[in-house]
Amino acid sequence: MLFDDGKHMLNSQAKLSKKLFKDDIEQVAPRDGYGKALVELGDKNPNVVVLTGDLSESTRSNWFAEKFPKRFIEVGVAEQNMMGIAAGLALSGKIPFISSYATFNPGRNWDQLRVSVCYSMANVKVAGAHAGISVGPDGATHQALEDVAMVRALPNLYVVIPCDAIEARKATLAIAEEIKNPAYIRFGREKTPQFTTDQTPFKLGRAEVFRDGSDVAIIGSGILVYNALQAAVELVKEGIDCMVVNNHTIKPIDRKTLADAARKCGAVVTVEEHQINGGAGSAVIEVLAEECPVPVVRVGMNDSFGESGQPFELIEKYGMGTDSIIKAVKKVLKKK
Amino acid sequence: MIGEDIREAKIRKLEKIANQIRQDIIKALLNAGSGHSAGPLGMVEVFTALYFHILNIRPKQPKWPDRDRFTLSNGHINPVWYATLAHRGFFARREFVTSLRKLNTRMLGHPHNLATPGVENSGGPLGQGLSQAIGMSLAAKMDGKKYQVFCAMSDGEYDEGQIWEAIMFAGKNKLDNLTGIIDRNNIQIDGVTEDVMPLEPLRAKIEAFNWHVIEIDGNNIRQVVEACNQAYGIYERPVMIIAHTVPGKGVDFMEQDYKWHGIPPNKDQAKAALKQLRTLGGRIRSEHE
Repeated sequence: MLFDDGKHMLNSQAKLSKKLFKDDIEQVAPRDGYGKALVELGDKNPNVVVLTGDLSESTRSNWFAEKFPKRFIEVGVAEQNMMGIAAGLALSGKIPFISSYATFNPGRNWDQLRVSVCYSMANVKVAGAHAGISVGPDGATHQALEDVAMVRALPNLYVVIPCDAIEARKATLAIAEEIKNPAYIRFGREKTPQFTTDQTPFKLGRAEVFRDGSDVAIIGSGILVYNALQAAVELVKEGIDCMVVNNHTIKPIDRKTLADAARKCGAVVTVEEHQINGGAGSAVIEVLAEECPVPVVRVGMNDSFGESGQPFELIEKYGMGTDSIIKAVKKVLKKK
Repeated sequence: MIGEDIREAKIRKLEKIANQIRQDIIKALLNAGSGHSAGPLGMVEVFTALYFHILNIRPKQPKWPDRDRFTLSNGHINPVWYATLAHRGFFARREFVTSLRKLNTRMLGHPHNLATPGVENSGGPLGQGLSQAIGMSLAAKMDGKKYQVFCAMSDGEYDEGQIWEAIMFAGKNKLDNLTGIIDRNNIQIDGVTEDVMPLEPLRAKIEAFNWHVIEIDGNNIRQVVEACNQAYGIYERPVMIIAHTVPGKGVDFMEQDYKWHGIPPNKDQAKAALKQLRTLGGRIRSEHE
């Protein structure tokens, strides 16, 4: 049942990487998983088309463009038009993926997402790259920290935040192949630890327990799930036993797994690379307030904008790194 | 079908239908108690010409895959869309006249593709329709389909940036299966367009983006048909028809008055409007007068 060395109490069903806590764990940017999945989808389904707003290389949609030039559409720096065109394509039977930075897509084209896509139930897949503070030196303008809050209120829309490149690939395939709803998928720019494997279960709308525990449930979304696991392992040394949940689908959210985690542990820490107001953590506590109210501490961007700096310096400075998660766990324990 | 000439007898027939559509719009707006009057009345000839002569459609099979696509960008004029669809047989005229904007009906205040047979897109927030139409036009090109795509827009929504993004894109991509129609009635909510935000020289601006532009009297059915047919013959460029229309057309106290943009007639006004429309006998400054 236990993971390789037995001391980490990882869920063996999660089939996480054997190199999980080793220095040589592979580092891959989640956007690479997106780009890879687009090419696979292009091979499998002639209706898959990809659009970009002058950002083909950095969203990795250029990989699709090279292989399927006739199904690749360059719209220029015009995200509103891109969303609308995608809606028209989808209403004509296509499965368009629109790729840009999350600050513009859905940041710039939210109204088009709302009316032309979500209200119309147009099967459009919105990919927001360079999300989170880990965008780094570009600074606050380009660090999307509000995108999940913006889209989470929209009916019909799926919202997915993969935790690494492998999960980004699976999520991209799933939103194309398993649903006809529009979807928003977000991922960061940086290379981050590839800690899941092809065998790690992934199902839209189902959160996965990566580590079982009974004192505090750390419910994370995106790349910081890795930090949550690191925090859990550190805390074991102090006798604190944390559950770690990978809550990748924010809409529709997995009410049961979240409520079960809260019920078992009696305290929750949410972790995300996003404003603490309105994001994945807010989605979690909305569920818990209704299903199983317990003390919560939220780890995320605390109602401020970012700045320039190295990605992981910023994560530390703004209180989203492993140490911050450890502090949050200790804080929430006191509220139990 | 697009490309087909129109005979005088048919124009006379369509003018009568147009008049009935106007009367239905007035009745529906009165029953609704809210909604827009001027825009729908001004665009009746355009809709009549499209749905009764130009568009290749099957009212009993609204989702027929090879149908021509028509999208409405300025969704607030949808009483004219519903009225025309009803006359064309997509649903009953009575449904439109009695249930516009009411609870638990298919006649929503603004168009919704999932609600109403024949309605291809959702719209209302201005500036979105042309992009949607471009997506449909691209899909036709990718699939080697012959269907034509039309998008009706208001002039006021040319204040929106998205429209110009779309104009730029369609020109670049030579979308010759796409025809835009601008309802150039010169009014918007806060006043006349040239006061609120001047658009002229509108034709030159659109031509500069590699569109072919045709200007017509939008209240003349023959001119609408001939412009669409001309558009069909233009290759390598999208076509924009600037349809000069009279807002509130057919009802003298509504014509050319921007205050009628966003309000319905009351009972007395509706009575007066219907009386005028009945006595017009199906001819509104027609070439047959």
